[in-house]
Amino acid sequence: MKQLLAALSLVIAFMAASFTLPAHRVGEVASDFHLKNVDGKMVRLSDLKEVKGYIVVFTCNTCPFAKAYEERIIALHQKYAPLGYPVVAINSNDKMVKPDDSYESMQSYAKEKKFPFVYLYDETQEVAQTYGALKTPHVYLLDNQRVVRYIGAIDDNSEDASAVKEKYVENAVDALLAGKEVALKETKAIGCGIKWKRS
Amino acid sequence: MAPVIFQFRKSLFSRRLQISFALLLLSHLAIAQDIPFIKAAQIEQWKNANTDTIYVINFWATWCGPCVAELPEFEKLQQQYAGQKVKVILVSTDFKKQVETRVKPFVLEKNLHSQVVFMDESNPNNWINLVNPDWSGLIPATLVIAPQKKFEHFYEGELTYEKLETLVQSALK
Repeated sequence: MKQLLAALSLVIAFMAASFTLPAHRVGEVASDFHLKNVDGKMVRLSDLKEVKGYIVVFTCNTCPFAKAYEERIIALHQKYAPLGYPVVAINSNDKMVKPDDSYESMQSYAKEKKFPFVYLYDETQEVAQTYGALKTPHVYLLDNQRVVRYIGAIDDNSEDASAVKEKYVENAVDALLAGKEVALKETKAIGCGIKWKRS
Repeated sequence: MAPVIFQFRKSLFSRRLQISFALLLLSHLAIAQDIPFIKAAQIEQWKNANTDTIYVINFWATWCGPCVAELPEFEKLQQQYAGQKVKVILVSTDFKKQVETRVKPFVLEKNLHSQVVFMDESNPNNWINLVNPDWSGLIPATLVIAPQKKFEHFYEGELTYEKLETLVQSALK
């Protein structure tokens, strides 16, 4: 009986631990979401038709790393949207912590930078939390079944686009387009933390 | 000729004045500390060092608000433990092109006394796991090591002075 209880409490502890960490891992089916785009319309991931997958990028207006990558995010969309992999950009920063990441700021920023992709506002931060996004930029590459195929950085050099040796996201999308397994499924990078609501 | 000599004297005088003024400034201000560049291998060297010194290694950047906010705690720690074998190392993860233009002026302005070094690696994916496999890459992050005891504690996020001190105390034990 004691052993059974011990085993049971272990299971419960494990479940509790996995519930506090709801992050999506590679191989899991990512949650669908319904968020407001900068054009005022609501976008549901599963409503995007005729796609082979999604390059979901958690980003924002203010982080120096997000800024360093914004041209490259635009280039990703321009290259891969016609091939069925559009960029779906999401800003999850709390506007109380970062006023320049408010919905209105997103609108003017998207206009100024001529974002060719949807730029969605995750006001409740639920999507970032469900995905387990921690930083900006933080990429989740999903296939058309919404299975996570890659998580991490866009490439191996945030400071200097011209010095990039390995384009992680491009390599991953190319692999999916070729019907192959993604070779490098997860990478890490230094980044700004997502600005969580202060409780 | 006279005006020329006069000018010469004046300039010599003003130069002297400049020098003594500069010396006066130097004696009152912090001298800009040199910021050594380190490579990923340095992390392993710290971890395997044959020393009873405790390393408190903080990863930060000038653009990171929470990092800048907690820097005084590390400065305080370095001061409080000056007589003990505790060494605070502040590893800047700023952009390389900003070391001269941002990091150095920042270190001078904030009058940082702890050792500041720059992580000279373009690809963080190559060294983040060397610090700790659980680290997402988010900063601030802090690694406390007592190399000889093989004590290692990694913390992702902001630290209060109390928490930082508790970590150092357990490393000192």
